[in-house]
Amino acid sequence: MNSKSSNPMGEVVVKQPGLFSTIQDFGRFGSRKYGVPESGIMDRYAFKICNLILGNSENDAVLEITFVGPVLEFNAATNICIGGANLSPKINDLKIDLNTAYQIKAGDILSFGKRKSGFRSYLAIKNGFQSPEILGSRSWFEAVTGNHRLQKNQLLHYRASEAIKSFSHSAIQVDTDYLNSEMIETYEGPEFGKLPESLQKLIFQKKLMVHGDSNRMAVQFEESIQNDLKGIHTSPVMPGSVQLTPSGQLIVLMRDCQTTGGYPRVLQLSEYGIQVISQKIPGEAVQFYRKR
Amino acid sequence: MKWKSISRMGDRGILIEFPQEISEKILQTILEAKVTLSKINLEQKVEITNTYDSLLISYPSAIRDVYSELKVVSNALRATNISKNIDKRIFKIPVCYEAEYAPDLNDVAELKNIKKEELISLHSTPVYLVYFTGFLPGFLYLGGLNQKIATARKNTPRKIVTKGSVGIAEDQTGIYPQESPGGWQIIGRTPLDLFNANSKIPSPFVAGDFVRFQPVSNLEYFQIEEEVKQGIYEFEIIKSNG
Repeated sequence: MNSKSSNPMGEVVVKQPGLFSTIQDFGRFGSRKYGVPESGIMDRYAFKICNLILGNSENDAVLEITFVGPVLEFNAATNICIGGANLSPKINDLKIDLNTAYQIKAGDILSFGKRKSGFRSYLAIKNGFQSPEILGSRSWFEAVTGNHRLQKNQLLHYRASEAIKSFSHSAIQVDTDYLNSEMIETYEGPEFGKLPESLQKLIFQKKLMVHGDSNRMAVQFEESIQNDLKGIHTSPVMPGSVQLTPSGQLIVLMRDCQTTGGYPRVLQLSEYGIQVISQKIPGEAVQFYRKR
Repeated sequence: MKWKSISRMGDRGILIEFPQEISEKILQTILEAKVTLSKINLEQKVEITNTYDSLLISYPSAIRDVYSELKVVSNALRATNISKNIDKRIFKIPVCYEAEYAPDLNDVAELKNIKKEELISLHSTPVYLVYFTGFLPGFLYLGGLNQKIATARKNTPRKIVTKGSVGIAEDQTGIYPQESPGGWQIIGRTPLDLFNANSKIPSPFVAGDFVRFQPVSNLEYFQIEEEVKQGIYEFEIIKSNG
């Protein structure tokens, strides 16, 4: 298309949007005071690895792809790396590996196939996607950035870059075991002590099946936990807070969650716990365990 | 300074809990603690936010040494004395209570067995304390609603509440900063933009500010709406100390 020196901007054309994809970086910090969610990538580990492999800055924006991948056409040269869930990515119908840097030429098409592991895959691109930075972050969140999810024919911008010959990432060990783990690491939440002893035990013994309504705001489960905890004054919550509603629903708040809530916060996932649970598909079982 | 507990909230938060009551006095204590904590050196660039009875220090990444951070925080709080009064800011928020903006005004007046005019007056007389912002970007948690007009939420929430709608739910009153589903009783609407992500300061209110609702006519509503659109509307702010 355009010569790279006069117009360094490349575009990804969305041929098919897939199920649900959004641009995300590390997140939006410092705007909780306005009631603005943090947002940011669900799986921080996968994000970090992909950017590292490309030699990107650690906050460069990626495309977070959920379950069914999009079909994307690139119109300028660059390098990409895909990590997190294995959704069988292909460049021009040739299967590619995860956590590996690939060169892209103008006209190349990236598509996805069958899901093999995990729920959320990450497409990192050299220098990151250049969507507008609002309140210090490029992460899409509708009330802030106006974008909800990837749309057909949408254009995503990136800075075109000539092929880079060698990537010295042989030293990077990538752990993919967590994609198959069902154990979710948590700490006690502020209202954990208000649970009767029997429920304090039960919450770590029960297998919980991820509900289909789960999204970037919260993960929910098929099972419920009968309780008579009272509501609390609206109080701070953050990604990883686990709320218990009067009807017994456990709600694990995720990156796009509200900044405050009125349900008792019985557990708080660690960052590793968030990483593991964000790769579970609806119908898979998880179990909480306590880190002290 | 009095606080109830300081504890970790997972691996990237520290939660400080104060006595569980909703009062201006507790809020003052919390805001003073917030000022103190904003001056201390912590291992990351944190944000400190409050609710009615809590302060959350949120870290972008997992805290490396949580015990040392907890200690720094509690030492700082222990060394804090109650400071002097801060200047009060009262923001005037124009609200049109006329029928087309107030679908539940008649019902609420009827439920409370008062005239519409009295309901409007009871709602627009007090100065409301801004405790914090939460729920939706720009949504203010306001204290000070007259108990006489406290009203239960609607039995069935609306799928869409228009942006700017002013409502009552139990002993709370609030403004929907953007279109959203909601069950509050809607008694008016403001033409103001309470949250603008593209502005350097997306919302002018901070915890500890006050707001007062200023009844306006249909015509004034349109005029203000136009000024807001053109970006020339300026908040009317009354300052007082003590």
